[in-house]
Amino acid sequence: MARYSRRTLLKAGAAVAGASAIGFPAIGYGQNEKIKIGHLTPLTGFLGALGAYAQLGIRMAEEEINKSGGVMGRQLDITSEDSVNPATAATKAQRMLDQDGVAVLMGEINSASALTIMQVADRNKRLFMQIGARSDALRGKNCNKYTFHVDIPSTVMVNAVGKALVRDKMMKDKKFYTLTADYIFGHDLARAAKSFFDANGGKLIGDELVATDVTDFSPYLLKIRQARPDVVCSNLAGNQVTNLIKQYAEFGLPYPIVGFNLNTADAWAAGDGNLSGTWPTVWYHTSDVPSSKTFVANFIKKNGKPPENHAWIEYVSLKMMAQAMNATKSTGTDKLIGYFENETEFDILKGRKGYFRSWDHQLMQEAYPFTVKGKGQARDKWDTLELGAAIPGPSESLASIALTKEQNPCSM
Amino acid sequence: MEFGFLLEQVVNGLVLGGYYLLIALGLSLIFSVGGVVNLAHGAFYALGAYLSVEITQYLGFGPAMVLSPLAVAMLGMLFERFILRRFYTADPILSLLVTFGLAMVAEQAIRIVWGAAPLSASIPPVFRGSVIVGDFLFSRYRLLILVVVAAVLLGVWLLLHKTSFGRVVRAGIQRPDMVAALGIRLQPYMTAIVMLGVGMAAMGGAFFAPITIVHPAMGAEIITVAFVVVVIGGLGSFWGVVIAALLVGVVRGITIHFVPAAGEASIYILMFLILLVRPRGLLGERIEKFE
Repeated sequence: MARYSRRTLLKAGAAVAGASAIGFPAIGYGQNEKIKIGHLTPLTGFLGALGAYAQLGIRMAEEEINKSGGVMGRQLDITSEDSVNPATAATKAQRMLDQDGVAVLMGEINSASALTIMQVADRNKRLFMQIGARSDALRGKNCNKYTFHVDIPSTVMVNAVGKALVRDKMMKDKKFYTLTADYIFGHDLARAAKSFFDANGGKLIGDELVATDVTDFSPYLLKIRQARPDVVCSNLAGNQVTNLIKQYAEFGLPYPIVGFNLNTADAWAAGDGNLSGTWPTVWYHTSDVPSSKTFVANFIKKNGKPPENHAWIEYVSLKMMAQAMNATKSTGTDKLIGYFENETEFDILKGRKGYFRSWDHQLMQEAYPFTVKGKGQARDKWDTLELGAAIPGPSESLASIALTKEQNPCSM
Repeated sequence: MEFGFLLEQVVNGLVLGGYYLLIALGLSLIFSVGGVVNLAHGAFYALGAYLSVEITQYLGFGPAMVLSPLAVAMLGMLFERFILRRFYTADPILSLLVTFGLAMVAEQAIRIVWGAAPLSASIPPVFRGSVIVGDFLFSRYRLLILVVVAAVLLGVWLLLHKTSFGRVVRAGIQRPDMVAALGIRLQPYMTAIVMLGVGMAAMGGAFFAPITIVHPAMGAEIITVAFVVVVIGGLGSFWGVVIAALLVGVVRGITIHFVPAAGEASIYILMFLILLVRPRGLLGERIEKFE
């Protein structure tokens, strides 16, 4: 009996503490207070260049939304910070919820940092729109009720490129040599690649783990030459991809190179004539969709350069969040989750609308394989990629390229 | 065949070591003469890369490789004259703080001027591709870097050991008080050493820009390896730094051959082992003023 009452006391204490942390500051916010949103993205390190685009994208969406009257008549106020590393990302996320009074968390590109922010969201029972990290595990075995994922996961990228390789007869009985980024995202991508090879008759003859801060790939290139594969395949991320592409061109190895992950900023940084092969993307600024063209034109007017895919994704993510808040007339976690879980469709500046699948919270959307434009075909230094047809095709459901329930261990 | 593959990694490691050398040698010289650990050294490396990419667009590859290090050396002169000079006799922690701060300022300055997105740079077509000598594969471009490093190394060695300039510098490392007693001001020599040191770092950046990603944080990435090389080689020793740079390149190559995932860790393990046996580094001299 004594124990029971002590526990009750603790619960009551926690409730008071919780109320003072969440409830009391809220009293200070009137109806016309700004809606605060916490945004975390890597601005330094091997994904820093991508994070810089992400910031430009979310700022542009913020400006447009505020100019047109805000959300529920209130202005948006976005706090955007460098997430630095997984530990710092979690600390900052917690601080944003506790001290800055943000309504929701958004952002991330690094899968490892995304994972720690997801845990913060889960612990605090607050919404996190995980925008740019692509590891399967985040929407698979690590999924939680409070997190929604926007970018395409590893498996979709592997499917996008893999199908193009099968079509080009570069899969069956071919020997593959892969280089893999040595962190959660790379491992995930390598696993997805391996199952695609197994299912489609490709042979994996070597896989090297590469630390994320590697700048010199020459020892790996020598090993590739010794192994004599038919196709070299990159499971790398961020700066690694650019370094590999540049040095692969430097050594001039004869084997075709493809990759299951590339962001356009990394491709632009590769230098003239260095990039080749087939790669996946989630969006590219030369897309023919009218709404996408308007976005690109406005972005160029504002920033003097075209948007990279991380600028696009941050932009559409904030628009989706604003739409959800407007429709539910709330910034409450449960109402927003309910709205997204309803599989509401969103205009994401693509040919087909996207929606969050209710059981794993993954945005269902088109993806594209791309190849590299030949010499003299690019209109400017940004126009270097030739976008392939969207997958899935118009007659297939968007979910057909995503992980199936059998493949995805997510349960909330 | 396995032995041949390993030998190929060793040779490739030596080439890579030559590139580390460009950055580490200046760091070691500045420390030996001025007693300042220049944490901003990487920033000059990054500046060298950025300037070379800019200059290449207007004047082409060759002039960029010469002009970019020269421009950075001029910047190094200002750096020595207005900042570093105040810290030679001060508490070492102060020079650490000021150069560390400067490194961050430089990285942000690059971000402001050139943006956070990496710049694009390529190897000139003549140096593309590889040369196969016997059973070994060499990148044509890296062979060019090797030739340049060898020439620079020879030049620096001659400067330090065969000229009166070098005699004063070497004397200044060991006995600055005695040099002063002889009526020689060390300050102009220090200015020259800093210019030489940061100029070499910039040259490393310029030559590596076409084969590595050119982004604001590139300086911070290289400085750690340069430190490891200086520590392994031992302070005040020209050949110590040379041997250490080559050793680091080779050990990394061999480790990647056998245990790829440990490639980056291997150089720190190497440093740890060498410091256990020789706390002063491979060929480190006993320098009185640092004891």
